[in-house]
Amino acid sequence: MSTTTHLESLTDEAITIIREVATECQNPVLLFSGGKDSAVLLHLAVLAFAPARLPFPVMHVDTGHNFAEVIEYRDQFVRDVGARLVIASVQESIDKGRVVEDTGPRASRNRLQSVTLLDAMIEHGFDAAFGGGRRDEDKARAKERILSFRDQQGRWDPRQQRPEPWDVLNARIRKGEQLRAFPLSNWTELDIWQYIAVHDLALPTIYYSHTRTVVERDGMLLAVGGPVVAEPGEVPYEAVVRYRTVGDASCTGAVESTAANVHDVIIEVAAARITERGATRADDTFSESAMEDRKREGYF
Amino acid sequence: MSTTTGTAVALRSTLRVATAGSVDDGKSTLIGRLLHDTKTVFEDQLAAVVKASRRYGDGETNLALLTDGLRAEREQGITIDVAHRYFATPQRSFIVADTPGHAQYTRNMVTGASNADVAIVLVDARHGVLEQTRRHAFIATLLGVKSIVVAVNKMDLVDWDEAEFDLIAKEVIEYVQALPTPVPVTAIPLSALLGDNVVDASPNTPWYDGPPLLQWLEEFDADPRTEVGGRLHVQRVIRPQGGEFADFRGYAGVVNGGGFAVGDEVTIEPSGNRAVIKALHRAGKPVHSAENGHAVVIELTTTIDVARGDVFVATEGTVVPHIGESVEAEVCWMVDQPLTVGSRWWFKHGTRTGRATVTAIDYRHDLASLDREPTESLELNTLGRVRLLLSEPIVADRYIDNPEGGRMILIDEATNSTAGALMITAVAR
Repeated sequence: MSTTTHLESLTDEAITIIREVATECQNPVLLFSGGKDSAVLLHLAVLAFAPARLPFPVMHVDTGHNFAEVIEYRDQFVRDVGARLVIASVQESIDKGRVVEDTGPRASRNRLQSVTLLDAMIEHGFDAAFGGGRRDEDKARAKERILSFRDQQGRWDPRQQRPEPWDVLNARIRKGEQLRAFPLSNWTELDIWQYIAVHDLALPTIYYSHTRTVVERDGMLLAVGGPVVAEPGEVPYEAVVRYRTVGDASCTGAVESTAANVHDVIIEVAAARITERGATRADDTFSESAMEDRKREGYF
Repeated sequence: MSTTTGTAVALRSTLRVATAGSVDDGKSTLIGRLLHDTKTVFEDQLAAVVKASRRYGDGETNLALLTDGLRAEREQGITIDVAHRYFATPQRSFIVADTPGHAQYTRNMVTGASNADVAIVLVDARHGVLEQTRRHAFIATLLGVKSIVVAVNKMDLVDWDEAEFDLIAKEVIEYVQALPTPVPVTAIPLSALLGDNVVDASPNTPWYDGPPLLQWLEEFDADPRTEVGGRLHVQRVIRPQGGEFADFRGYAGVVNGGGFAVGDEVTIEPSGNRAVIKALHRAGKPVHSAENGHAVVIELTTTIDVARGDVFVATEGTVVPHIGESVEAEVCWMVDQPLTVGSRWWFKHGTRTGRATVTAIDYRHDLASLDREPTESLELNTLGRVRLLLSEPIVADRYIDNPEGGRMILIDEATNSTAGALMITAVAR
């Protein structure tokens, strides 16, 4: 009987996908936000080519609404692995008039990222982008292939996905078309945390319990002080929280938690009764098909 | 939680399961029920499904909405593409591919079933075995599932009638046993909607003494595969070109068909050169040996010419791989453009790509009669036997001997879409 654990199988699978896409595509890039999924992805990518260096750059689509700890972590991780970091700035897209920012206290830049991402892919000539997306995150992601084909406008057509029998990956595209590759497709939130534990992978400190000033909005705890401003009637208060996901600070919520280290977090995640996106992403609760709509527009 | 890290040791390896069967036989509802009754559904997901069920006018909470995640699917109440879902019990982890039942989306069913160990073929107890039931059972066995579970669903609508169940079970078992690559079949009477015999044994089927579906899946053990001997299709040559690893030259790929260990002699095909394994690395760490499925980097004791597409073959292996440009294969055809004699495609086998020309179509499978019909072309969603001539030789196994070495895809030259899934039956020079 095989002695391979579930986590080891997932690791083998992810490394194989990364090697295959990196070899078949001309100019891939790895999307790295400093969040836990992209941290695991970048760690796996480094292992995939060791002892050679990472053969492609990493790119951060920066909404400008960041957690300081995450940017610090991003820069340190990229330095440690000796990768080249490309920053695609949503602020620049706004300044150039490529996108128009929503206004008001609940405005988020999350959706604007699609335009910035596509512009950067074209500017740098990237034909494939690795993303840390997981099928267990969302019902639209659950439908997506490991290699997700995007047309010349970067759009995903969920009704015309290429068949993907076995793990024989077909990375053939025409000029101007792009691929998104999701090596963590078959991972769950718990698998991610177990990988972090097994490999002793450092994460931004906001993933662990800390005290923060928050307001409660739509059942979510949003940190005040950055892009989030307390609305009339909202009373900021100190809470002991951690983040389950890290995204745009305007729409990423914290959860009350005393989990101070990776083992506490694993116990918490194993017992969780609410999904990470449901608990922490205001942008996904807008409508029933929020993720599908964003993906059709070119989102990760 | 049995350990503080949550890394509870599962008793059995991860099981990959795919649903199959005709439209409206309840595939998505069954998966929804499995997820719900194993407490895998999160509160916010369930709340969203309750809300959506109301919006789409479904009377009760429609558990199918747990996997039918696309807007077009929810509007029409059908499954268009595969949804992958994950759950674990204390016994083992499961990866479930919920596949569409409509004939027009068969290619998506192929995607979902291609990696499955077990296919759950659903049959509506009121309607019995339909063409899609047969098509999916045929495809699932061609793709190499190790066992089929016939879930005779909606038993509540036939008053839990044992005779109805027996009739359907017998028909599927006889059909599968007559297929080119038969597998064991187990039949379970259940109601996905009500949950009978899904996770918990049903009081409505006193005449059924088998396990409920989940228990069957938890306890399933595939017969150990007969190994052909280690193979590795070289994905990439790893050369650091400088620093302390300036002399390092490693060959990355996935082990299949058997294993490799440090000190083993390997033959590099198709050149036939031999070399000895100096070191093995997995996920960046040195290992002494590697087995099926491990993603490794191999270092050799001597420097020889090895490139992407070449195959390392354990010299001690029990089955010698087949090498050549002439290929015979079973095919599932998945694009509108038909496969015709003389048509040309890209092929990908292992890590080797090139051009393939169709030299003959031996026959098409008639899914009802299982006759082999002569034909000039294979259309979308049909199955048949083809012969190809490749632009360069491949190092392959028969699919039934070693699936990883015997699978191949054809790619449309114009659209780049994956057009065919091929299971190799013979290779010759």
